[in-house]
Amino acid sequence: MTALLSLSGLTRRFGGLTAVNALGFDIGEGEVVGLLGPNGSGKTTALNMISGALKPSGGEIRLRGEPIGGLSAHRIARKGVARTFQLVRILPSLTVAENVLAGLAFRGEPLWGEAARDEADLLLRKVGLEGRAGEAAEQLTYIDQKRVELARALAARPSLLLLDEWLAGLNPAELRTGIDLVSHLRDTGITILLVEHVMEAVRALCGRCIVMNAGTKIADGETPAVLRDAEVVRAYLGTAHA
Amino acid sequence: MRTALGFAAAAIVFAVLAFAPFYLDAYGIGLMIGMTGYVTLASAWGLFSGRTGYVSLATVAFFGMGAYTVAVLNETLPYPVILLVAGAIGLLVAVVVGFSTLRLAGVYFVIFTFGLAELIRQLVTWFETTVTGTLGRYIFLPVGPEHIYWQLLVLCAATLFITWWVGRSRLGLALRVIADDEVVASHIGIDIARTKLALFSVSAVIITLVGAIQAPRWTYVEPAIVFNPTVSFLTLIMALLGGASRLWGPALGAIPLFLLFEWLSANFPDHYSILLGLLFIVIVFVLPRGVAGFAKDLTRRRPGGTPAAPKLDAAPLGTESREARS
Ligand SMILES: Nc1ncnc2c1ncn2[C@@H]1O[C@H](COP(=O)(O)OP(=O)(O)OP(=O)(O)O)[C@@H](O)[C@H]1O
Ligand SMILES: [Mg+2]
Repeated sequence: MTALLSLSGLTRRFGGLTAVNALGFDIGEGEVVGLLGPNGSGKTTALNMISGALKPSGGEIRLRGEPIGGLSAHRIARKGVARTFQLVRILPSLTVAENVLAGLAFRGEPLWGEAARDEADLLLRKVGLEGRAGEAAEQLTYIDQKRVELARALAARPSLLLLDEWLAGLNPAELRTGIDLVSHLRDTGITILLVEHVMEAVRALCGRCIVMNAGTKIADGETPAVLRDAEVVRAYLGTAHA
Repeated sequence: MRTALGFAAAAIVFAVLAFAPFYLDAYGIGLMIGMTGYVTLASAWGLFSGRTGYVSLATVAFFGMGAYTVAVLNETLPYPVILLVAGAIGLLVAVVVGFSTLRLAGVYFVIFTFGLAELIRQLVTWFETTVTGTLGRYIFLPVGPEHIYWQLLVLCAATLFITWWVGRSRLGLALRVIADDEVVASHIGIDIARTKLALFSVSAVIITLVGAIQAPRWTYVEPAIVFNPTVSFLTLIMALLGGASRLWGPALGAIPLFLLFEWLSANFPDHYSILLGLLFIVIVFVLPRGVAGFAKDLTRRRPGGTPAAPKLDAAPLGTESREARS
């Protein structure tokens, strides 16, 4: 059985800085995996390489066994990898519905016209934005923009969803809503790799966690065990109190 | 319903315009040719630049190639075939140029397209003087002014129809997404380079055809005449004045400005260029909104565009802006 996503020796250098250093792990179909690590440990860079925003300096990325490392972002997107961004990125001049339609119109099997509008409505309902289709995306509150971004990512019907701190910056009530939303997705069987600093969310959502520090993987295993791991604790405390 | 009404109104306007040659004298027809030509040029320019934010000064490169193709081939091929060849040359050059330049951002693209027009003019001049030994060619084609006018009118209607169609197609949505955020565009599966290239090519072919159709108006053609950079600047300012990203915007800018330029060049032939320059400046200053609306498209990543997050973690801003450039 080949893994859905498989990284090996994945490396990215920025000049003299090695942001991601020989990173390797497999993610199986339907898994929800947390990617943790202190600020600057290379999590976003890893996600950027998987989604094609950045070309790897070395190593391999395979999606269902097929090498995708170094392909352009739109090719990888059409193969069923969707993502959200650490700093929410909606399409400000489009309406809420158009943001989602954009996600439908350019995926591997594009959806357009009447069917697309119905599907967009469905997705908006799924993320809790029913009846908001005509609003300007720019006018939405922060959490609603995050919902739009998620709906747009889901529109791709992704086999792999990459969430980069999708739950960051939410107040406690919003955080609960956000966690519920992602756990609904998990129950539908979608594979998710999520970068997250909010431990409450990690515990609630991820069966397994991978921890990075200074570009390298320092832990990988079941969430409770990983979070107790001495090295992990040191990595976090080390930066938090620096 | 509104679409149907719009189509009906446009059909009536074009039908009325089609009868114009029966009521106008030679000067009037000449004026209509020039005006229809510029409406088409400005609309084709807006089709690409108004929707991508790339300010192109290559208009005259394509316009001139169209005209010059006719000048070279007018005695060897039948007229319709010449138009086809001109369109094909425009397409070929657009694809090659687009491939190599649509990666250039902002002002570099502007400069490159300006240079392209000059380069092509110099190449043609060099080729004619050193290889064929001619500079300047005569065009003898049995195409009367009213036929030129009708052809331009058809091309103009086609350009507006294409622009309308693009606006409601997937291509149109792709362009709006790209204008908003290229990083998002590529991550939802949009092939940015191909999208821009497609639009650049369509626009360039139309512009080439305008040059080719108008060519028989000049009986004598040489590179300095058909590659006159003023054409690029006029087209640009017309489209900007009327609103480059709107369907009828470039036409609305082109008609009054064309008439004004005609009047200026007839009455102040010696000071025409200076007045033109002044007018450019005045338009940019007096109409900051029209031009500013366009400039907004140019700044694709707007620093203040994303609402402030209540409490984001320390680093993300820097990371994201670096990512945007990757
Ligand atoms: N495009 C880039 N150019 C240069 N350096 C970069 C670039 N992207 C990231 N870096 C550097 O690489 C390192 C890893 O950054 P990355 O954004 O991957 O960290 P992260 O784990 O996502 O951190 P955070 O939790 O703060 O989001 C950092 O030192 C960062 O400054
Ligand atoms: Mg990050």
